[in-house]
Amino acid sequence: MRIPLSWLRDYVDVPSSEDIEAIAEHLVRAGLEVEEIITVGADLQGPLVVGLVLEVTELTEFKKPIRFCRVAVGAGNGHTDTPGERGIICGASNFVAGDLVVVALPGAVLPGGFAISSRQTYGHVSDGMICSERELALGQDHAGIMVLPPGTADAGASAREILGIGEQVIDVTVTPDIGYCLSLRGVARELSTAYGLPLRDPGTTLVELPAPAGGSPARCVVEDLDGCALYTLSTISGFDPKAPTPQWMRARLGAAGVRSVSLAVDVTNYVMIETGQPLHAFDLGKLAGPVTVRRARAGEALETLDHVKRTLSTEDLLITDDRGPIGLAGVMGGLTSEIDDATTDIALEAAWFSSAGVARTSRRHKLSSDASRRYERGVDRVLAPYAGARAAAFLLELGGGTYVGMTAVEAPYEQPAVRLDVELPQRIAGIDIGAADVVQRLRAVGCVVADGDVLTVTPPSWRPDLTDPYDLVEEVLRLGGYDAIPPRVPRAPFGHGLTQTQRQRRRISREVAAFGCTEVLSFPFIGAADLDALCLPPDDPRRRLLLVANPLSDEAPGMRTTLLPGLLAAVRRNIGRGLSDVAVYETGAVFLLREGQPGRGITDPPRPSVTARPSEQDLAALYDLLPDQPQRLATAFAGQRSPAGWWGPAEPAGWADAVESARAAAAAVGAALSVRSGATPMPWHPGRCAELIVDGAVVGHAGELHPRVLGAYGLPPRSAVMELDLRAVLAAATPVRLDGSLSGYPVAKEDVALVVGSAVAAADVAAALRAGAGELLESARLFDVYTGEQVGPGHKSLAYALRFRAPDRTLTVDEVSAARDAAVAAASAAVGAALRT
Amino acid sequence: MSAPNSSFDPVEVADLSPQAVAAAVTAALTAIAGASDLAELKDVRLTHGGDHSTLALANREIGALPPHAKADAGKRVGEARAQVRQALQARQIELEADRDARVLVEEAVDVTLPYDRRVAGARHPLTTLHERIADVFVAMGWEIAEGPEVEAEWLNFDALNIGPDHPARTMQDTFFIGSEDSGVVLRTHTSPVQIRSLLDRPLPVYVICPGRVYRTDEFDATHLPVFHQVEGLVVDEGITVGDLKGTLDHFAREMFGPETKTRWRPSYFPFTEPSLEFDIWFEAAKGGPRWIEWGGCGIVNPRVLAAAGVDSDRYSGFAFGIGIDRTLMFANDVTDMRDMAEGDVRFTRLFGAEF
Repeated sequence: MRIPLSWLRDYVDVPSSEDIEAIAEHLVRAGLEVEEIITVGADLQGPLVVGLVLEVTELTEFKKPIRFCRVAVGAGNGHTDTPGERGIICGASNFVAGDLVVVALPGAVLPGGFAISSRQTYGHVSDGMICSERELALGQDHAGIMVLPPGTADAGASAREILGIGEQVIDVTVTPDIGYCLSLRGVARELSTAYGLPLRDPGTTLVELPAPAGGSPARCVVEDLDGCALYTLSTISGFDPKAPTPQWMRARLGAAGVRSVSLAVDVTNYVMIETGQPLHAFDLGKLAGPVTVRRARAGEALETLDHVKRTLSTEDLLITDDRGPIGLAGVMGGLTSEIDDATTDIALEAAWFSSAGVARTSRRHKLSSDASRRYERGVDRVLAPYAGARAAAFLLELGGGTYVGMTAVEAPYEQPAVRLDVELPQRIAGIDIGAADVVQRLRAVGCVVADGDVLTVTPPSWRPDLTDPYDLVEEVLRLGGYDAIPPRVPRAPFGHGLTQTQRQRRRISREVAAFGCTEVLSFPFIGAADLDALCLPPDDPRRRLLLVANPLSDEAPGMRTTLLPGLLAAVRRNIGRGLSDVAVYETGAVFLLREGQPGRGITDPPRPSVTARPSEQDLAALYDLLPDQPQRLATAFAGQRSPAGWWGPAEPAGWADAVESARAAAAAVGAALSVRSGATPMPWHPGRCAELIVDGAVVGHAGELHPRVLGAYGLPPRSAVMELDLRAVLAAATPVRLDGSLSGYPVAKEDVALVVGSAVAAADVAAALRAGAGELLESARLFDVYTGEQVGPGHKSLAYALRFRAPDRTLTVDEVSAARDAAVAAASAAVGAALRT
Repeated sequence: MSAPNSSFDPVEVADLSPQAVAAAVTAALTAIAGASDLAELKDVRLTHGGDHSTLALANREIGALPPHAKADAGKRVGEARAQVRQALQARQIELEADRDARVLVEEAVDVTLPYDRRVAGARHPLTTLHERIADVFVAMGWEIAEGPEVEAEWLNFDALNIGPDHPARTMQDTFFIGSEDSGVVLRTHTSPVQIRSLLDRPLPVYVICPGRVYRTDEFDATHLPVFHQVEGLVVDEGITVGDLKGTLDHFAREMFGPETKTRWRPSYFPFTEPSLEFDIWFEAAKGGPRWIEWGGCGIVNPRVLAAAGVDSDRYSGFAFGIGIDRTLMFANDVTDMRDMAEGDVRFTRLFGAEF
C-alpha cells in the first residue's frame, strides 16, 4: 500500500516539521511495515512545463507517423527565434491542437539519464520533448503522450507540482489483521493516535448529495445476508463519459501506484484508497432488472473483467441481474456490465461481503484484486453508504449527471462486545498499566468502552479482528509502545540438557566429519528417475513413496525413502564442478509408508476441535496419518580417499571407506556394529557390499556401487556408499562397564598366520580366534592378508597380531603358547584355518 | 712392581716423580685435545685414563713407597688423574655436542612441505548454527524439542489458530501430501513442535525447536523451498512481554556480541497475540552497521493454549522464531541461498572451524 504523504496530511495535521522519515517511524511503531520511502520523479531534472499545442503538422514522408508540433511553453521558455513557443517532433498521435501536454525543455534530464537537447531530426529542429507517462517514470502508460485535462494550467506553468513530482510516498506492508490500514483513512488513524492529533475521518462523514431526481434508482436484492450483510447501489444518470479525471486526482492515484483509466473508474479507485471501501461501477444501461446478490447456480459461468471465462461454484457469491451473473462479489466485476466510453447511466455498488466468502472465491478462482484483498482482511461493516455517497458526489461534481438516489439492503448489525479484565494488559506486559490508560488507549483505537473492573469493550466497525481479550491487550500494549516494557529473563526450571539421542546425533555428525566427509543437506524430494538410477527392482520397498500433491518438480514428486539420491546428486554436482575426489555425508529423515498407508494419503482425516485438548484417540488418529520418519546416516566416497604426495601414492576411495564410516559412526556412540557379507540389495555391487549388523539385525549396507548405478550417475569406478539406520544404532549404544582395573603386568605378543579358503570371511576368523584364545587375549589385530604361490590357489593367508595379558601375574611362556594354540585350534575348527608354516 | 721397602727413597721411583707425572698429564691432555671425534676420544680414554695408562700404573707404585712419601706421591697422582678425567669428560661433552649438531643438521627436513594427505571433512554451517543457537538456550535450562517434517495439518495449522480460510493453507504456500484434503502437510514452520511440546510435556515448558521446514517457493538465489527455523516456546505462570524481550535480548547478545541492540515492532501472527517482530542492530553487517529483521515473536495466543489443553487463566507464554538460513546469510555474507542447499563441498568446508 503506497501512501502519498500530502494525501495523508489531508486527514491529520501532522506538524510540517515532521519529515517523512519521522512519520514512517511512527507508523512502524504502530505496526505497519515500511517497505520503502519513495519520492515521485526523484530522478527527473530540469525544466518541465505545461505546453499548449498550437499546431500539428503531419510529416508523411516517413515510415511511421511523425508530427511536427508548435507548442506554446510560456513567455520565458520559448526559443529565441519563436518567443513563447517551441517546435517539437513527436511520434505520438493521441493529441490535437489545443491540448495541454507536458514538455521537457532542453536541459531537462529524464529518468534513465535521458538528457533533452535541441536537435535536428526528421528535417526539423526538435526543441524539447512532449512526454508520455512512462518517459517520466510516473506510470506504465506509453500508448501515447500525457494529455492534461483542459484548464489544468496555463502554458508555461511548471508541470512538476501538477504531475505530483516531488511527492513523497511511504510504501507499507499491512499485516492481515489490520485490513483497515489498506486505506488512507486507516493509516491516518494510526498517525493521529501516534501523534495525539485529531483525525478528520472521511469514513464517518456523509457528504451532501443533491436531492434525488430523475426517476427511480436501480433496485437491489440480497438473497444471502451472511455473505453480503450490506449492499448499496447509487444511481447516476446523464453522466458525461468523456469527462476527464482532474489532474490532481490522477497525480494522487499515480503516486499511490494506480493507473488512471477513466473518470468513473478513477473515482472508485480514489475513494477505495481513501476509505478502504471497494466500489464497483456498473453500466446501468447494460443491466436488466434489479441487481441481485445470490449464490451461483450449478453450471453458471462469468467472464470477468480480466477476460477470463470462469465456471462458477455454487459457493461463489455473485452479483447478478435478470440475465445472470454480472460480477464475482467482492472480487471482480463481469465484462458484460463494464462501463465504457459511452456509459451515461451508472449504478455504483458499495457493499460489505464476508471475508471468508471472498477469500474462498478468490482462492477458488486464483483471482486476487484490490477489492478482494481488502474484503479478505475485513472491510468496515458500516462504511459502504458513506463511501458510496462520497464516490457519487465526485462523479456528479466531475462528470455531471443527475443523482437518482441510493437503494440499500442491510442485515441487522451489532458489533459484539469483548469483556476485558482491566488488569490483563499489565499482567501480559509485565509493567503497571493503569485502568485509565487502558480505557484511553482502547478509545483511541475507536472502541466504545464501558468502565468497570471488567471492561465491556465494543470494537469499532472497522476492526473486525478485535474479538478476544488478548486482541485488546495487543492494542493497549501497541499504543503504549513496546519500548516502555523493560526486559527481564524468566527463570526456567532445571533442565535436562540435551537428550542422549541429541548428544549422540551430534557426536556421530562430528565423527563422520572427522572421518573426512563433508556434510550435505539435500532436499528430500525424489522421483522415479532417482529410483531407476539406483536400479531398484519394481517391488523394492524404497519405491513406495509418500507423494506430494503439489511437488516442486514433477520429476521428484515423492518424499525420499533413502538418503542416497540426494547424496549421489551432490557427489555428481561436485565432480561436475571440478572436484574429482569427494567424500560427503548426510543425516536426516527418510519417509516410509507404514503398513497399509497409501502414498497419496487419505481424504477424510480427523479434524479435532481446537477449543480443548484433543482426546487421546483423536491424537492417535492424527499421528496415524503420518509416515514413519526415521533418521538415517549416509556417506559416499568417489575418486581418491587421500591424494598422492611426497609421502607416497594416492589411496583410492572404495568400499572399505564406506564400511569404515559405518564403524566409525557406531563406535562414536558405543554401539557394537559388526559387518558380514550377505544379501546385497541395489544399488550395491553384489561382491563388494557389507551388511551392517547391530543387535543381530541388518541396519544398513555399505560398499561399492553396482557398475550399472555408477553408469547411471556417471560416477567414477569404485565409488562407494553407506546408508545406516541411526535409530537402531543409537538404540544399541551401550555404556562402558569396566571389569576391574587395568593390568600393569607385561604384555605377551604372538603373531599367527592362518591359511584359509578364499571365501572365508576375515570377521569369522577373528571371531574364532577370540573365542578360542580365552580371557587372556587382550586384542587380535589383522595386520596382513596374503594371496599367492606360497599359500596356493583358492587360499589366502591372514596374519594376526595377538596380545595376551593377565590381570594378576606375568604370563609364562607356556600359558601364552597354550592360549595361542587354543585360538588357532578354534579357528581351525570354525573355518578350517591352518597355521602357516 | 717394586716391593714395599721402608727405606726406599721415593725419588728413586721414577714414575712417581713430579716430572714424570706432569709429563703424563701433558701427554694425556694433548691427546684429549687432539681427539677429533668420539671414537678417537674413546681410544684416548683407554690410553690415558684406563687401567694401563701411565698414571694408573704410577698409582700402583705408591704402595711401594715408604709411609712418609706415600701421602705426597698419592696427592700428586690423584690430582693428575682427576685432571685427566675432567678433561676427558669435558671433551666428551664437546664432541657429543658436535656430533649432535652435525647429525641433527643432516636430519633437517623442509617443514613447509604440505601434508594434505588426510582430506578434511566438515559439518554444514546450518547444522553448527543450529547447535550453537540450541546451546544458548540449553545453557538457560531450556530443552530441545523435535518433531516430524511430514506433519498433521491440524498440528501445523488448526491448533495454531490458523483457520481453514487462512491464505497460507493453500497449495500456493504449502506442500500437501497426497491431496489438499489429506490432513498431512510438509510442515511450514517448526510451530507444530510447540503444540507437540505442550501436549507431551509437563508444565512449565521451556523448549527450543530447531528444524527443517517447507514452503512452495521457487528455488533461486533468494528463495529456498526447504529451509531451517528455530522456534522457542515458554509457557509458565506469569510470563510477560518483558520475559520475551529479555530472553531475545540475551539470545541476540549471545549470538552477535554483548553490544547487540534489539528493536521491537508490532506485527501479526495467528498464533501469538500480541505479536511483534524484532530487529537486531548488526554491527558487523557488510556495508556497515544496520538494523536487520531477525524474527517474529509474541505472547502465545490463548486459543493455541486452549487447543493444547493448557489453562490460559493460570499460564501464559511467549514464542519466537527465526530463520537459520537467513541468519547464516547476513552473519556470514552468503549472497546466494543455493550455496547453502546444493552440497558443494567448497562452501561447507569454509565453515569447518568452530567460530
